[in-house]
Amino acid sequence: METTLREVIKQITFKHLKKFKGQVFGQNLTGVGWVAGTLPKLYEKDGVIELPMADVANGGMVTGAALVGRRPFYIIRYQGYNWLNCIFIVNYACKSKEIWNKPAPMFIRGLSSEGGLGPVSTSSHISIFYKMPGIKIYSPMTKNEYTSTYKKFMKSDDVFYVSEHRKSYENKIEFKNSLKKNLDIILMPISVTRFEAEKAKNYLNKNGYKVGIIHLYELKPFVLKKKWISMIKSSKYGVLMTDNDYVDGIIRTLAHKINEQTNKKVNVLGLKDKSAGYTLKTSNFPPSALEIINKIKKIKAKKRL
Amino acid sequence: MSYKNYRLKIFEKASLCRNFENEVFKRVNEKLINFPVYLSAGQEYVPSSIAQIVKDKKQKPLIFGQHRGHSIYLSFGGNIIELIDELLGKKTGCTRGMGGSLSINSNKINMFGHEGLMGSNACMGVGACFSSAKPTIVFLGDASVEEDYVLASLSWAAKKELPILFVVEDNNYAVLTKKKDRRDWKAKDVAKAFKLESYDIDDQPKKIFSVLKKNLFKKPIFINVNTKRLFWHSGAGVDEEVKGDRLTIEKKFLGKKADKIHRNIKKKIENLWKQRLEK
Ligand SMILES: Cc1ncc(C[n+]2csc(CCOP(=O)(O)OP(=O)(O)O)c2C)c(N)n1
Ligand SMILES: [Mg+2]
Repeated sequence: METTLREVIKQITFKHLKKFKGQVFGQNLTGVGWVAGTLPKLYEKDGVIELPMADVANGGMVTGAALVGRRPFYIIRYQGYNWLNCIFIVNYACKSKEIWNKPAPMFIRGLSSEGGLGPVSTSSHISIFYKMPGIKIYSPMTKNEYTSTYKKFMKSDDVFYVSEHRKSYENKIEFKNSLKKNLDIILMPISVTRFEAEKAKNYLNKNGYKVGIIHLYELKPFVLKKKWISMIKSSKYGVLMTDNDYVDGIIRTLAHKINEQTNKKVNVLGLKDKSAGYTLKTSNFPPSALEIINKIKKIKAKKRL
Repeated sequence: MSYKNYRLKIFEKASLCRNFENEVFKRVNEKLINFPVYLSAGQEYVPSSIAQIVKDKKQKPLIFGQHRGHSIYLSFGGNIIELIDELLGKKTGCTRGMGGSLSINSNKINMFGHEGLMGSNACMGVGACFSSAKPTIVFLGDASVEEDYVLASLSWAAKKELPILFVVEDNNYAVLTKKKDRRDWKAKDVAKAFKLESYDIDDQPKKIFSVLKKNLFKKPIFINVNTKRLFWHSGAGVDEEVKGDRLTIEKKFLGKKADKIHRNIKKKIENLWKQRLEK
């Protein structure tokens, strides 16, 4: 049986604890669900540390653990809690290497899920980290991407924010970019929207469109590869980016960077600019395949006029 | 060592801090230093006494200070020239000219810099202590201890029985707001509620010694030490004349020997500043 991303995260965590004497911090870890099955069943003696219900202090305490070289994993079970947890991470851990020459490498696992929890943001919420210096941000949705992110972390002395999505834990496949010259449009999806973007791309390509895709998971630093730039430049309508963070979050920043380097229009679809309720009708979901398809149809129609 | 000699040793440290701060005071007024400076004159007996106790116990703790940190740095043996250079914004400073007065740091004495969010060092100190199992000291102010995340850190340190010492340098002020206008509780009582061994004392070295001699770094301890800030919260000025600061009291008690030490240190520091300014 092929392994899932969930298994890979669990194995990486096990190795980090046992081989590298690392630590894993978080709230309500050692109980129901074991962080959606991504955490091996280990306890404080093995380095899995239950933190109190003190999110602001906890971010600082894990920073302390990082300062003394324990390379902690820090699990934030819903990214809505980033607001409280980010304070000392971005203001201390991320600055410590540059100011005091004391790195504080930590691997933050921020979990997101898809709507349904009302005003507590369950989707991605990494924009608040994004603008700060001294942080690296990744959003791996596949096994290879996750493994590569962890390897990078172990070679680095930076703070890593790893934006996960619960929906990806069952994933077994790897995504491939699909690019050629003179496409109509190129999708650049992030996080869980990559699954829907793939569906949209396949549908559109069967229906007379020429749609390419660039899967994004290395978000900061964000590097546009040369090949991507030339493919985007040769496309008819530029780029459509999708994300499960708010639409005025990091995709606008990334869109601007892409626009600067390609001179092409970059459209964005993310969480809507509204507060979410609990019901299907009132929740705030990331763009679906259908929404992506409709958006591309609209872009094309508008261009024709 | 006789008790008087012990007090002399502490006096020597405190005198170094006081003379240093007096010199910085002058340099700020001369506008040689143009960023915010947090002088610790008047409060130096807190870190000096603790540093002496720690030294006698042959311990080398992790130190998490906050903005008013010159005396902490100097008491625990931080390099003076590097602190002068730091305040002059030189690359040879203890924080490579990036730390100013607020964010000083020293690898040599395990002192971690502060980033300016008051009280954050309690969280970092507790985390570092937990993960390294090394003895740790966190210095706070009487206002910083009010931060919710400081209280949460006290609670966790108690729960995990860490080898940590929390020191509140209680000068009664948050900038210029007095304690009585901010809260109706004593830090010591709150710490005690979290099951920490806790004390509220003044900055007599004898008192500090007596509360730390038994359990320092054997269990978490919280001490609120009442002390006096001689100068402005930030910058070089005087809010009101303070009478009876600890260094003056001790100097009087220790007599001629202390006078001589104080004079010599003053000269030494003036010369060091001159040398670094000429460089
Ligand atoms: C989180 C935060 N809130 C407010 C401030 C502004 N501020 C700087 S110093 C200070 C007073 C601190 O008082 P205390 O902790 O007693 O230390 P002291 O200055 O008396 O040594 C305040 C309110 C800050 N730097 N950080
Ligand atoms: Mg104060």
